[in-house]
Amino acid sequence: MSRYTTLAISEPNELRFGLAPKPLTTRHGMQIGGGTVYPELNFTLPPILVNAQTMPEIQRHYRQIITGALQRAVELECHGLVVEFETLPPMTENPVWGVDLAKILVDAMGEANAKHGLKSVLRMTPNDTREMERPPRMRTGQLWEAMLKTFEGAAAAGAELLSIESVGGKEVHDEALMIGDVRQVIFALCVMGTRDMRFLWTELGQIAQRHGVHCAGDTACGFGNTAMVMAEQRMIPRVFAAVVRAISAVRTLACYECGSVGPGKDCGYENPILKAITGFPMAMEGKTAACAHLSPLGNIAAATCDTWSNESVQNIKLLGGMAPTCYLEQLIYDCRLMNEALADGRDAALMYRNWMVRSDAARDPQAFVLTPENSIAIARSIVCAPNDFAAGKAAALTAISLLREGQRAGAVKIAAREQPWLDTMEEAVGSLPTTESEFINQMMGVVDTTKFVARDYGLAG
Amino acid sequence: MNEKELLTKAVENGNRNDAQCLTRVLLEQGLAPLEIVEQALMPAMAVVGEKFKTGEIFVPEMLIAARAMKEAMVLLEPLMTKAGIKPKYTAVIGTVQGDLHDIGKNLVAMMWKGANFGVVDLGVNVPPDRFVAAVKEHNPHLIGLSALLTTTMPAMRTTVAAVRQAGFTSVKILIGGAPISEEFAREIGADGYSPDAGSAVDGAKKLLAN
Ligand code: B1M
Repeated sequence: MSRYTTLAISEPNELRFGLAPKPLTTRHGMQIGGGTVYPELNFTLPPILVNAQTMPEIQRHYRQIITGALQRAVELECHGLVVEFETLPPMTENPVWGVDLAKILVDAMGEANAKHGLKSVLRMTPNDTREMERPPRMRTGQLWEAMLKTFEGAAAAGAELLSIESVGGKEVHDEALMIGDVRQVIFALCVMGTRDMRFLWTELGQIAQRHGVHCAGDTACGFGNTAMVMAEQRMIPRVFAAVVRAISAVRTLACYECGSVGPGKDCGYENPILKAITGFPMAMEGKTAACAHLSPLGNIAAATCDTWSNESVQNIKLLGGMAPTCYLEQLIYDCRLMNEALADGRDAALMYRNWMVRSDAARDPQAFVLTPENSIAIARSIVCAPNDFAAGKAAALTAISLLREGQRAGAVKIAAREQPWLDTMEEAVGSLPTTESEFINQMMGVVDTTKFVARDYGLAG
Repeated sequence: MNEKELLTKAVENGNRNDAQCLTRVLLEQGLAPLEIVEQALMPAMAVVGEKFKTGEIFVPEMLIAARAMKEAMVLLEPLMTKAGIKPKYTAVIGTVQGDLHDIGKNLVAMMWKGANFGVVDLGVNVPPDRFVAAVKEHNPHLIGLSALLTTTMPAMRTTVAAVRQAGFTSVKILIGGAPISEEFAREIGADGYSPDAGSAVDGAKKLLAN
């Protein structure tokens, strides 16, 4: 494990779509982050129980999804395709089911490559089923074993990219969002979350190494996106969700410190910050993922992406065809435009990137903290900090001050009723102790310690 | 302002100490616990709920008021239990089997508590038989089911069927979650659907009034 102390990208104009300082080459020869943006298709089942009886029907769904998608990719002369298989919980609890489905996808992708020369790569994202038990057992037990078996089996079957939406720290974070407590957010993400990530991704690294595949990356979905969806529903202030996003980058960074190489997971909207720190390619999702959830980041998310995803869509019939095929078509057209801009040279690509940034940034604090300039400012505050706790504080304070300055300059709109939240958050972060151990002592008396097993986080109970 | 009105204001403003002090004063003045709940606390939560609905405040601010109400309830609840007074409505809520998304369900539970429902929260990943057991134990007026995954929507259907098959035909069932619709509620025999936590209070009250 090594800490990042410098930035891979420190110049805002270098933080842009399709290009990463450390691209990743796949077995089929796709260079992710090497000058081309690839579509990343994700899909899920329509309402259906997942069990042994329904498994033949479920296999038919996945076969139908992949056949339709690959055929359309060939027809639209797609340069290369990332397919993400985000399993559903019973498929991780019963690794054979998940692995068999992964095989269906890999086989079809191999066939399309042999027949049509279509390059593709499978990202396997088993569920973090550890939280099926409450309080979750993070490091032992049947759920943990089954989850690792799913990773292992999929890697052996040919899934080249390993990802997960891990949930370490969520036990405390959910409440932090409900009560709007930024101290508890930092504890969940930068004490509990990073500790779990280091444990988890070290294990996943060993699996990847055994099978010659890559640890791609994690996401703070259960943290930043829960906050974002809550802000969309007017449950919590947008400025609060924006600050949570900045802090969440500290947690996700831990997977890269443990050997992940990208592309980072699509729903990690903290990825622009992580691209600046690590230089690895990143998946992003935005307007073409409205099928999965709404967001205020539709265009700006694409500004720094290396693969462009739809997050998830049910396999249902739309007028144009089956939904995954329709969404793949949209992704391919989005990517064509970005790739055309890249082909026209740096200035053209920058102009297109800037349009995507400007069309969102002023409208929502959550978009504003993700402009290339602001992502780099937050990234810098993280790498300059000596440890995760300090990095969390620094990311929060930087985001708050960027929002204040942005508002003063008329660069971002912040609703009047959200203003006091900037002061409250600043005061709360400003009053935190200086050392991590003091902070842990303090917070163990504040958070509900019955919701997690402290020793699974290397914390004294 | 009299003490009752001051208590309403204290809860509205989330002032926990004042809420408890004023409750004590009102009890000493001889006011019945139920009167304090109905005439001081509920009006406060109604104002707070309205402010949330109109976008004037956020959930954390609403929770501050709810905590102040809780301080008052610490004094009132034992007296009401002793007198055999129960909340007007009791609800059992949970996220259905196979589903771990809990924050939406928690928000609905919070809103119901704010409306002075007695709420039994069974948590997440709750199998149908646990719902049935909870209904037997608590005899609720209302069951709330939450699901966020398309693949756990069938578990809602099985839960509704299990509750009905167990003979609980009059308990109302309200469902919600991102993939759920009014149509789906009708299809599985649930009594109602609410799209969000805010409308889940009115939705529940409407069902219970019928
Ligand atoms: C009783 O009456 C009522 C009345 C109203 C009710 C009600 C009950 N229940 C809810 N409501 C309503 O009121 C609430 C408040 O207004 C609202 O509740 P919501 O929960 O909708 O709103 C919350 C306030 C905020 N919303 C959320 O927190 C959910 C947001 C999204 C992005 C989401 C998140 C954040 C998470 N997830 Co999940 N997740 C998604 C979500 C996308 C979406 N469109 O919702 C969805 C639902 N997830 C999905 C998936 C695939 C998964 N998730 C999983 C895990 C997670 C996280 C842990 C990472 C996190 C959990 C957050 C939490 N604390 O619960 C996994 C499954 C875990 C499991 N067994 O359940 C996993 C399988 C992912 C994986 N690879 O592991 C997708 C569903 C696909 C499908 N097949 O249906 C998904 C649409 C996102 C996507 N990928 O496209 C209303 O729905």
